[in-house]
This record gives sequence, C-alpha cells and structure tokens, in this order.
Amino acid sequence: MKAENPPRVWAQDIYNAFKRLAIVQVAYVPDAGHTQLILDCHADADMKAVSLTSEQEGVAMLAGAWLGGERGALLMQSSGAGNCVNMLSLAQECRFPMLMLVTLRGDWGEFNPWQIAMGQSTGKVLEHAGCVVQRVDRADEVGEVVFAAGQMAFSTNRPIAVLIGQRVVGFKDWSK
Amino acid sequence: MMAGTGTRNLDRREVVKALLGQREDALVVTGLGSSCYDAGVYDHPNTFYLWGAMGAAAMIGLGLALAQPGRRVLVITGDGEMLMGLGSLATIGAQKPPNLAIVVLDNELYAETGMQPTHTARGVDLAGMAKAAGFAVADTVRTDDALDACVGQVYRTPGPAFFDVKVSATRYPMSIRLRDGAHIKNRFRENLLGKKAFD
Repeated sequence: MKAENPPRVWAQDIYNAFKRLAIVQVAYVPDAGHTQLILDCHADADMKAVSLTSEQEGVAMLAGAWLGGERGALLMQSSGAGNCVNMLSLAQECRFPMLMLVTLRGDWGEFNPWQIAMGQSTGKVLEHAGCVVQRVDRADEVGEVVFAAGQMAFSTNRPIAVLIGQRVVGFKDWSK
Repeated sequence: MMAGTGTRNLDRREVVKALLGQREDALVVTGLGSSCYDAGVYDHPNTFYLWGAMGAAAMIGLGLALAQPGRRVLVITGDGEMLMGLGSLATIGAQKPPNLAIVVLDNELYAETGMQPTHTARGVDLAGMAKAAGFAVADTVRTDDALDACVGQVYRTPGPAFFDVKVSATRYPMSIRLRDGAHIKNRFRENLLGKKAFD
C-alpha cells in the first residue's frame, strides 16, 4: 500500500493569507503543489490569475502590478527559480515588493534525479539574487509564514521568497 | 552583410516624438538601451525606464495594464529586448488586455553591444508572431503614413496592439541620466497614485 500525500489544507491557508494581504495579481507557472490554489485564484472575481510561459515573466509582471498600485504574488516550482535570476535585478534595483511562493522538488523523497540540481540550489540562488528567503516545512504553518512574508514584502519593499518544503507538498512513491 | 527585411528608414527619435507627443495620461514602459534614451528626450514621471532586466518590458506592461484598466499602457522597446521576452507575447495574447500596446523600435540590430544583427534582420517577423499569439492588432510599420495610423491605434484601438516599427540604424547619444531604479519607480507611483504610493 503506497502512502498517500497529505491533504493540502494549506492551499486554503495560502489563499486566505492572500486575501488578508489584498493580493490581486497572481502569476504562476503551474506546480502540482499549487493546483488547488491556482483554481481558487482563478475562481475569485477580485483576483487576476495569469498563467506564464516562464517564471521570469512573473517577476516583471509583478513589478508592473506594483507600479499600477496592485499587489501580486508569484507561484512556481523550484525548477523555475533559476529562470528568474536576472529579472530579479528589477526587484533589487528598484526595491519592488514581491511575494514569491516556491514549492520545492528535489528536496525530500524526490524520485526524479533531474529535480535535485535546482531543488537543492533554489534557496541559495534566490538569496544571491537579492531575495529574503524563508522556508516552511510544516503544513500547519504555511498560511502564517506566507502572511508574515507578504507583510514583510509589501511593508519593506523587498522580494521575499517562501520555500515550501517537499515534505509539505508531498512526493511520489517510486517503489515497485 | 545581412540581407535585412526591406525598408527601414524611419528615424527612431521621430517615431518616439510622434508617439509620446500624444500620450496624454498614458502610462509608458521602456526597454533598456536606445529605447530608454529615446523616451528620455521626452521625460515624464509616468514613464518607467528599464536600464537592465532585458526581456521585462512587455510583461511590466501587462502587470501595469491589469492594475490600471482605465489607462492606456504603452511599451516602447527594441527588437533585441522583445526577442528576449518572446514568451510574453504568448502570455499577453492569452490574457488580451484591451488597454496595452507594444511598439518595437526595430533597427534589426543590437546597437548597444556593437551593432550585431538580431533575428529580425534574418527575417523573423515580430508582428507576425504577435498576431499568431492572439494580439487584436499587429502590424509592421515602414512609412510615415503607416506611422501616423499606428500612433492613433496605439492610444485608441482595443488591444492588445503590437507594432513593429522599422527604424534606421542611426545611433543617438544618451538623453537621460535618471537611472536609479528605486527613484524611477517611486516617482512613477507617486505621480499615478498620490499619497497611496507610500501607504
């Protein structure tokens, strides 16, 4: 009997944190970990959820959102963090607030070796690109950590990345 | 010598003068390099200048257009900058913001780095790509008459609109020294949002 992934109640917690933070624009490259959250953001008439071709587009889009007076969040998987590096110069140089939620692969129980490279370097890469990086590994803390990170991003005008550990997201059981 | 793609005689500074002369309350985003310097001749607090982050201009335009649906948003960028952000044409084509227009000042060259040809010199058709991505209007502009029509459409036609304006290889000096990103951002927001900018 294969273990089932834990139910993702934390997706609702992130959505609630977004509402408390008055997040309007939600840019994303899909990740399985964010499936429910993406659906909820699309279903919310007060939110503008935008699917991207590459994560770096989201960094630029959120800069535009802030120029226009709206708050945004960017959702991605760890494999997308590297795509954002040069674009994050926007956030660093201009002090754009940016709330980035990164679901980790290559982190805990990973079966796909190709995910390790970016999964293991995501935090370091984002730190070097000028982000404050925070990490959450307990499902019941996700909403609180996202809200705190959002407050910090929008109050201090800085990019804050929240890494959501693979233990929270769940992993595929690769045993035969 | 590259074959090029036909006539490209328009003067980039004249093109930008024509565009910005009719901006009224439009919000403007420029790409880095020459398009930043062109727009800098007609500096305005609601112009956001890129000095880096190549490939960002169109998507900054999208975020801004979504946030300010009552205002026109005009992105003025170069062919090299647009080519680096081609995926954003698909994202904008899918999103279809009616108030967003993108004008590419296409000299078919990377002018800042030694005048190397870009792919538009090799026949890549940016307006064709925008059209195929779902832009409501997408055209290549080569003449003064076509430019006149383009300027009107940039501010009035339901978008997203895309114009690839073929300009000459003429290089102009830097027009603007304003380059501190935080200042450019804060100036833009304060002028647009008033006190809310620093709430």
